[in-house]
Amino acid sequence: MEAGKNLSSSRPIKVLLAKPAIDGHDRGIFVLARALRDAGMDVIYAGLLPTPEQVVDIAISEDVDVIGLSLLNGAHMTAFKKVVDLLKERGVEDIAVVGGGIIPDDDKPKLEAIGVTGNYGPGTPLSTIIEHIRKRGEEARKKKEM
Amino acid sequence: MDSFWKKKLEGFNTERKNEEYERWVASTLAPWNRQTGYRERKYQNSSEITIKEVYTKEDVQDLEKKLGMPGEYPFTRGIYPNMYRGKLWTMRMFSGFGTPEDTNRRLHYLIENGETGLSIAFDMPTLYGYDADNPRSEGEIGKCGVNVSTLRDMETIFKGIDLSKVSTSMTINAPAAILTAMYLAIAKKQGVPFDKVSGTVQADILKEYIAQKEWMYPPEAHIRIIRDMMVYCTKNVPKWNYISISGYHIREAGSSAVQELAFTLADGFYYVDLGIKAGLNVDDFAPRLSFFFNSSINFFEEIAKMRAARRIWATVMKEKYGAKNPRSMMLRFHTQTSGYTLTWQQPLNNIIRTTIEAMAAVLGGTQSLHTNSYDEAWALPSDGAVKVALRTQQIIAEESGIPDVIDPLGGSYYVEWLTDKMEEEAYRYFDRIESMGGILEAIKKGYIQKEIADTSYKRQKRLESGDEIMVGVNKYVEEGEEPINYLKIDKKAEEAQIARLREIKRTRDEAKVKKALEDLRRAMLDDNENLMPYYIRAVESYATVQEISDVGREIFGSWKEPVIV
Repeated sequence: MEAGKNLSSSRPIKVLLAKPAIDGHDRGIFVLARALRDAGMDVIYAGLLPTPEQVVDIAISEDVDVIGLSLLNGAHMTAFKKVVDLLKERGVEDIAVVGGGIIPDDDKPKLEAIGVTGNYGPGTPLSTIIEHIRKRGEEARKKKEM
Repeated sequence: MDSFWKKKLEGFNTERKNEEYERWVASTLAPWNRQTGYRERKYQNSSEITIKEVYTKEDVQDLEKKLGMPGEYPFTRGIYPNMYRGKLWTMRMFSGFGTPEDTNRRLHYLIENGETGLSIAFDMPTLYGYDADNPRSEGEIGKCGVNVSTLRDMETIFKGIDLSKVSTSMTINAPAAILTAMYLAIAKKQGVPFDKVSGTVQADILKEYIAQKEWMYPPEAHIRIIRDMMVYCTKNVPKWNYISISGYHIREAGSSAVQELAFTLADGFYYVDLGIKAGLNVDDFAPRLSFFFNSSINFFEEIAKMRAARRIWATVMKEKYGAKNPRSMMLRFHTQTSGYTLTWQQPLNNIIRTTIEAMAAVLGGTQSLHTNSYDEAWALPSDGAVKVALRTQQIIAEESGIPDVIDPLGGSYYVEWLTDKMEEEAYRYFDRIESMGGILEAIKKGYIQKEIADTSYKRQKRLESGDEIMVGVNKYVEEGEEPINYLKIDKKAEEAQIARLREIKRTRDEAKVKKALEDLRRAMLDDNENLMPYYIRAVESYATVQEISDVGREIFGSWKEPVIV
């Protein structure tokens, strides 16, 4: 079965992709959007320069399973954390957060510790990212269905 | 009625029959392949142009006419008669990070190591016209370049550097007029007359909407500001390149070489139309237009692209725009090696990639060159990595013999055929863009952006399937790689910038700031006013980049891009 479709419910995994800072490098996120769609997922792109608040607003109103954050500008420690904090503030526990971009090795465990997983850099095979988002999406979906 | 582009397209015949080649394939190559085997794969370049095993005389047409001699129309072989025997290309290493003090130190370091032109990178808040103390800037100050919030920061960056002795390139687009105004304000303070000031701001807003996505206002507002810079500089700052028409970002965003070529030149023609519409004579401003290309990893494709670019520009400037001054027809360009081709895996391999790309730029006849550092897939480059990148250029320049002969690949059947082919494909795009109502309309419809996203996705799929190889990424992969030492920007840069900004806001003459901003506001409302003098007065009052940008945000509003994915 295609990645993204083997869920208990037939609804595909829903992913919000966003660059939650002042960063216009969108090549990677565009490629990923298409790849996730080709893998059967439902994909929303948050558009250019959304604030962390806007990202969380869209995620909640669209009831997504996963937020995929990408930054190449070095602001991940601040911006990814803001998204996580806002989700917590609003009591959201059934949306997973995954990250990617130019993320130095030293920062990866720190991001993992606040629940941002993946944190893939350039050169990562799409299949690895899709698989990870699918896994996190299914976990989130289970929490939703509980 | 046939358009200029359609007529041009009729002149190409790059797919015509080559009898000698076909004979050779049937009688020699095919039997050999059957006997010995061969590497079965799709031989094509980034532009999806299929490449044959070998090229012959029959693949090339009208060579003498299209080639010309160096320094002569159509400048295929290079814009200067003596090229690198006259003067080596300018080794221009892009730098800027942390605080203005950090960047000032890096500039002095590069000057001491033999760099011949300065090039400043700004951080994301500056590029979007936000100040250091804006909450949106948190975590971004000094990360991707140096932060500039007021004239004081620029004064610090250029401390101890005589503006009459250097040429400075500033990679700034949406707020380009503000940074130009700051540079001119420093020149005034140093007592350097404007006609001695030389340098470049990128200011190519069309490619921002296409690729880099750094704008503040809707396209029409930015285009008006560019027009004002063109007119002001043409009259007052004759050695200032107020625009650098850039393919680099288009390519990094995922385009092919042909798309980079076509979309960049289409942007260039738009600016030529803009200058003419503003009442300037084409020969009075076209010589100041310059270009910025990417040099990626497919060696001959890049060289062909640069040769084709020169020929197209010369031909169109002469035939379509009626330019008379040969300088209007000369396509001068800066090159940067490709960031996209660098890998974080096995980073030392990046030195080799950059070397190949830098060689292509030199063989393509570039006027200046930035070579990327091997650690840039990890972070901003460290001093040591920057030095290797600069030394790479020096080795090509002074050891390899490559620059000794002008256009040494001229006359190569393959390179000449590929140059023709790239040129033809570019004309095909010009024709399509014109039929859509011009480049601005094509951008507003999202057509250009979608073309690039399509190419980028196809490339990624080829990497995934192994049709295309990146060493260390999808072949010759090593597990458990050791991390390298890379540059870390500490949080102090952010704190220092915010403190400095607050200090300036506390001590500046508020009445002067208010008046300068109010004058700017009124000038913006009147399309016949040239904004440049108002920008200069505003920066001299120590109004901040954001305060000045906000005047425009209030009047022009912002812009939402069309849906690409």
